[in-house]
Amino acid sequence: MEQFNNRNVADNGYFMVDIEDYPTDGWGKFKRVIDRTFKLELFVGLWVVMREMIKFDIHTISYPAEKMPIGPRYRAVHEMKRLWESDAERCIGCGLCEKICISDCIRMDTKIDEESRKEVTEYTINLGRCIFCGYCAEVCPELAITHGGEYEQASEQREHFIDYDYMLTPIDVMKQNAQKEFEGFGAITPHEDERVTKTPLSY
Amino acid sequence: MDNAYLIETVIKVVVILLVFSALAGIGTYFERKILAFMQRRLGPMNVGPYGLLQVAADGIKLFAKEDIIPSGVVVPIFKIAPVITAATAFMAAAAIPFLPSFTVFGYEVHPIVADINIGILYVLGVMAIGLFGPLLGGMASANKFALLSAARAAAVFISYEVVTGLAALAPIMMVGSLSLIDFNNYQIENGWIVWSQPVAFILFWIAAFAETGRTPFHLIANDHEIIDGFGTEYSGMRWGLFFIGEYANMFFISFVIPIIFLGGFGDGTVLGAFALLGKMAFFFFFFLWTRAAWPDVRPDQLMWLCWKVLMPLAVINVVITGFVMMF
Repeated sequence: MEQFNNRNVADNGYFMVDIEDYPTDGWGKFKRVIDRTFKLELFVGLWVVMREMIKFDIHTISYPAEKMPIGPRYRAVHEMKRLWESDAERCIGCGLCEKICISDCIRMDTKIDEESRKEVTEYTINLGRCIFCGYCAEVCPELAITHGGEYEQASEQREHFIDYDYMLTPIDVMKQNAQKEFEGFGAITPHEDERVTKTPLSY
Repeated sequence: MDNAYLIETVIKVVVILLVFSALAGIGTYFERKILAFMQRRLGPMNVGPYGLLQVAADGIKLFAKEDIIPSGVVVPIFKIAPVITAATAFMAAAAIPFLPSFTVFGYEVHPIVADINIGILYVLGVMAIGLFGPLLGGMASANKFALLSAARAAAVFISYEVVTGLAALAPIMMVGSLSLIDFNNYQIENGWIVWSQPVAFILFWIAAFAETGRTPFHLIANDHEIIDGFGTEYSGMRWGLFFIGEYANMFFISFVIPIIFLGGFGDGTVLGAFALLGKMAFFFFFFLWTRAAWPDVRPDQLMWLCWKVLMPLAVINVVITGFVMMF
């Protein structure tokens, strides 16, 4: 997980490759031919692949049987979270996600219930249209709609792509305190405390 | 012609056809596995143990596929072209001694279909006729990629035929015979020809890559430039015949190189037979090895290499060999 959160990729052993310019004149080209002929570069290539074959360090993941870990910020099928305190749905029906959705795939319907609180009556995401941009998760003030890690998304019917109950954390999972918080868009990144600096007031 | 000879020949022909058709299939398995291992992949794994039955699955698929003849093609030529490739590849095998002669039930078997006195000439000539497969198939396909590939095939084969011929000429001058059996017997007495003809050996080896259309010179059916070249419009078993022809050619040229330059099967012992198979396996492996390691050259670079480097070297080699033999 740490490697996914580290954004300073430049520190991870990257270096500039020293590549000479291509020769333009005949003498330069001739020297390059001589160089390449007698440095036996072809055999370097042969040795490299032979070394890899002997080392037998296979990087293949036999996909349906094995799976790669995916990053916490991965944007796959949405999840609707519940409140830890009351197990109620977090969604307050503000409609921001519906408004910001650039592919117009979120629809929600709300009403004022008996206690004068706003209640969500209908909530659908048409995942057949969704482009998984992550704006809805980023804009949500309650961290209610988030992205999950479920990327295997195939079905025989379009209706399967709009299933709200499928996205909502099941109540028994919630009872076991097993709901996973989202670490991606909109969430507070790890180590955020260390990064916070005081507001400069000196000016 | 007595009956025993006739039956023996027919059996040998059938055995060679069956063994090398099967080997062509298994060759694709080896190629996929070895390329995969060299690129840190696993290769075919799911069909059978370690993907061994993948060959059978591919074969069934090829046989069961519809034989599509596109509407714009020249039908008779389009149909006959793959047959030419496969047939010439197997015809070339007639003059190759695969093993030393051995005795079965008191009957001496020579594992060569016909020990003709122009053996090497026949092998190279028939392999060169294989050019007509890609050429005719590409020209009859009514496809621009196929046409490009046909043009390249003609250029490459004709150019490298010169190198092959001139490179083989120096050993032929030394042996004084064209029969591959005579090549083998010459090397029992005088040591491997590769020690006296290293340049010819390298040139012949390089030209073998062009003759079989393997990777450094794979531009006849270069997937990333011209799709599958002459095979673009082919489907099912017609395409499969091109494939079998290509792989059979690889096996046969892998037999010819050791027989000409590396002592062949030696003095006819079992050890010599296995040595020949080992040498053949190395040359076949090298075809796959280079495919993993080396990039393809451009057509103009290929021509440059042939006419400005390899052919002059071959001519100089022949001239020097002639002078050495004369004095």
